[in-house]
Amino acid sequence: MNHLDELEAQSIYIFREAFNRIDNIAMLWSLGKDSNVMLWLARKAFFGHVPFPVMHVDTGKKFKEMYAFRDRYAKEWNLKFIREECPPVEATDETLPPAARSAARKTLGLKAAIEKHKFNALFAGIRRDEEALRAKERVFSPRGETGQWDFRDQPPEFWDQYKTDFPPGTHLRVHPLLHWTEIDIWRYSAREGIPLISLYFANNGKRYRSLGDEDITFPVDSTASTVDEIVEELLTTKVSERAGRAMDHEAEDSFERLRAEGYM
Amino acid sequence: MNAGPISATAAATRAAARQLLRIVIVGHVDHGKSTLVGRLFHDTGSLPDGKFEAIRKMCERRGMPFEWAFLMDAMQAERDQGITIDTAQIWFKTEKRDYTIIDAPGHKEFLKNMITGAAQSDAAVLVIDATEGVQEQSRRHGYLLHLLGVRQIAVAVNKMDAVGYREDVFTKIEAEYRDYLASIGVTPTFVVPVSAREGDNIATRSQAMEWYDGPTVVGALDSFQLPATSVDRPLRFPIQDVYKFDDRRILAGRIESGRLHVGDELMFSPSNNTARVKSIEVWPEPSDSDARPNTVGAGQCIGITLDDQLFVERGEMASHTTNPPVETEVFRAKLFWLGRKPLEKGKIYKMKIGTGEAQVTVQEIEHVLDTTDLSSSTTSKVERNQVGEVVLRSRRMLALDEHTRNGRTGRFVLIDGYDIAGGGIISMEGYADQRQLVTQRAKNITRVQHGVPTDERERQNGHKGGVLWFTGLSGAGKSTLATKLERALFDRGYQTYVLDGDNIRFGLNANLGFSPEERAENIRRVGEVAALFSRAGLLTITAFISPYQSDRERARKAAGEHFHEVYIKADLGTCEERDPKGLYAKARTGEIKDFTGISAPYEAPDTAELIIDTSNLSIDQALEELLGYVEKTFRS
Repeated sequence: MNHLDELEAQSIYIFREAFNRIDNIAMLWSLGKDSNVMLWLARKAFFGHVPFPVMHVDTGKKFKEMYAFRDRYAKEWNLKFIREECPPVEATDETLPPAARSAARKTLGLKAAIEKHKFNALFAGIRRDEEALRAKERVFSPRGETGQWDFRDQPPEFWDQYKTDFPPGTHLRVHPLLHWTEIDIWRYSAREGIPLISLYFANNGKRYRSLGDEDITFPVDSTASTVDEIVEELLTTKVSERAGRAMDHEAEDSFERLRAEGYM
Repeated sequence: MNAGPISATAAATRAAARQLLRIVIVGHVDHGKSTLVGRLFHDTGSLPDGKFEAIRKMCERRGMPFEWAFLMDAMQAERDQGITIDTAQIWFKTEKRDYTIIDAPGHKEFLKNMITGAAQSDAAVLVIDATEGVQEQSRRHGYLLHLLGVRQIAVAVNKMDAVGYREDVFTKIEAEYRDYLASIGVTPTFVVPVSAREGDNIATRSQAMEWYDGPTVVGALDSFQLPATSVDRPLRFPIQDVYKFDDRRILAGRIESGRLHVGDELMFSPSNNTARVKSIEVWPEPSDSDARPNTVGAGQCIGITLDDQLFVERGEMASHTTNPPVETEVFRAKLFWLGRKPLEKGKIYKMKIGTGEAQVTVQEIEHVLDTTDLSSSTTSKVERNQVGEVVLRSRRMLALDEHTRNGRTGRFVLIDGYDIAGGGIISMEGYADQRQLVTQRAKNITRVQHGVPTDERERQNGHKGGVLWFTGLSGAGKSTLATKLERALFDRGYQTYVLDGDNIRFGLNANLGFSPEERAENIRRVGEVAALFSRAGLLTITAFISPYQSDRERARKAAGEHFHEVYIKADLGTCEERDPKGLYAKARTGEIKDFTGISAPYEAPDTAELIIDTSNLSIDQALEELLGYVEKTFRS
């Protein structure tokens, strides 16, 4: 088994474990490169089926290419697709910096969706290499009743024995991609022939490295127009992946505050 | 709108060639783990743009000198307190390969986080502060790494700048720690003197320590081996789930060791059913059916279908019929405890082993180990952050392996309430593989009705048939009391007979030795014979040490309601003093191995119908009690 085979096997193991142990689980699909790989892995784990709902918590501010992608593949891949809306920015914590407030809409939308569908757990495609706080995440990550993450007291997790016993009312985030890196995602997408959104590829010297909302996501300088060139670029770049995501950089702990409140 | 499916490319092919090794950095708090990581990144040119500046700013804001540790310490609380709370991961590369660095907290309170980090690693760097020397956590972490299965360890003796780069300081610490590791069976791959703050011997050789001629930390990392795959070991395929898709019944799971081929006969444990592999299922379905895989191996998450619609469920372990896993309901374990409440003797926990679950009782806490000085004590509790050697008993048969034979199927966790509270590795030392004892080989057999009904026998004899099962240590008085009781009962008109250990081994069980398996088989046969005698109307008395609870339970099952367990009780000291056959003396000198009470376990009964304490009673008193019991119980 090579490195990509190992990553894939670990993700499939996590999917199957969560699906077996937890009732009423769903997957978050943000339409970005990571969640597309996550969806692909789920289809592998369950032999072409996705036996749980796939949910897009929509800010209404995604790129048009992302919406087109969503509408096409939700149908083609026969997904149990759910779309839920986010509340307006006025509903968010006004003490947060502006871009973080914009991101906090998603947290509120997510909480409402969980409440509405009574999901006990959600698959989320975060990776440890994206951000230093995510690096401290567990694969099976319990959340409090209001969705908050207690990062000071997380359950031990070893030997692939995940914490799957919880008092009623606990909500879980399950992270099948936690052990992947950005380059892994690209190499795997290429190997498997996973469809990709064109925004990731360079156009007029710019490309998006990470896709969020249109108004708070910015492209980076790049001439990489194929997956190969993207991988080459990532091997040499020293620009961090989320450099184009404004909300991470407003204050030293703005991302920590978002995450503690339930942001992914 | 999208670039569409793309074929495998040159970049993807290169990815396969590049290796990844996962390294955990452990050690006592403040010994400089996070600083070492920061330095490793800086000196190998792995820092992202702006990161150095960002850390500098954070330090300025706090009015402190530059602190490398901030690279890993992502939480506000960690930066404010200058400690690592939870394990973090970060990626870097050397010329040779890619690394995931896992930084594990050194604080005792965060041991669960250290274990979470260490258990994901292929190798470890253990950091020791040259100014403080070997500390409590240095020892504890070394021990736990070994227990968790991390076999490649480099020790970095840090802060050498603070001790004037003196060789004698380093040599003393190296010797002390090597001694400790040797005592737990670990040989560190390298011991490297470093200064993380100054960058000595991290990626480049130190000018200040020319007396050192070993590798740098990067050199040590690059010398580590990738984890070996266990495809050449016996097949272990724990069933994770069973899916019913498109009329296929797919058994899904990960192969933990060995290989599996289409057409192989698989045995499922503990149910002991067998069937053949019909297909290996994959998605996407290959367009050419010849391209379907025919063989899969360790590490792969797979799905198979069988040629026979067996009932198989999650938790069963598939293997080949040769080299199957051990079947047992009792085993020994070395475990580390993380629970808020201590592990207690007699308490029931949920055990997770592979994909299986079982309720287990803590039958014995043999030792509690102080990992800092390896001294052991006997208590009835294992407190948080301690290591204990215990015996666990399950209510149902388990399929497992000894940890030394298969690391992945020989380990488990315990759940207390909702929490994972401990993890352990399995040893079967002194306990029998019960597979042979529960496997019935003959098929197509039916029971025949007897010509004489039981109540007619009872009426003619004037008493019921039954089994008085004497158990107890060698020297407790079993044989003495059994033969005296036999005489006394006979004199009172009872049909009675004694089955005695040594006598049976002259005949019926002449082909059995004293291994745990053979002892269990010895007792299984005696149990069956005693049950037959009892159905023949005899009051059968057996005198066997019969140290294992499982074996006595099996004998009870054979004889049914007429089984009476009699615990002939005497403490080890008393028995050893009596030593009627001189066996204890031989066991003490090691001449006899596996001797109950000395080098093999004795599991005292907790549900005996009668206890005869021979350290307090004379033979006559004991006999009187036994006679009273028989008259009351068996006279019809």
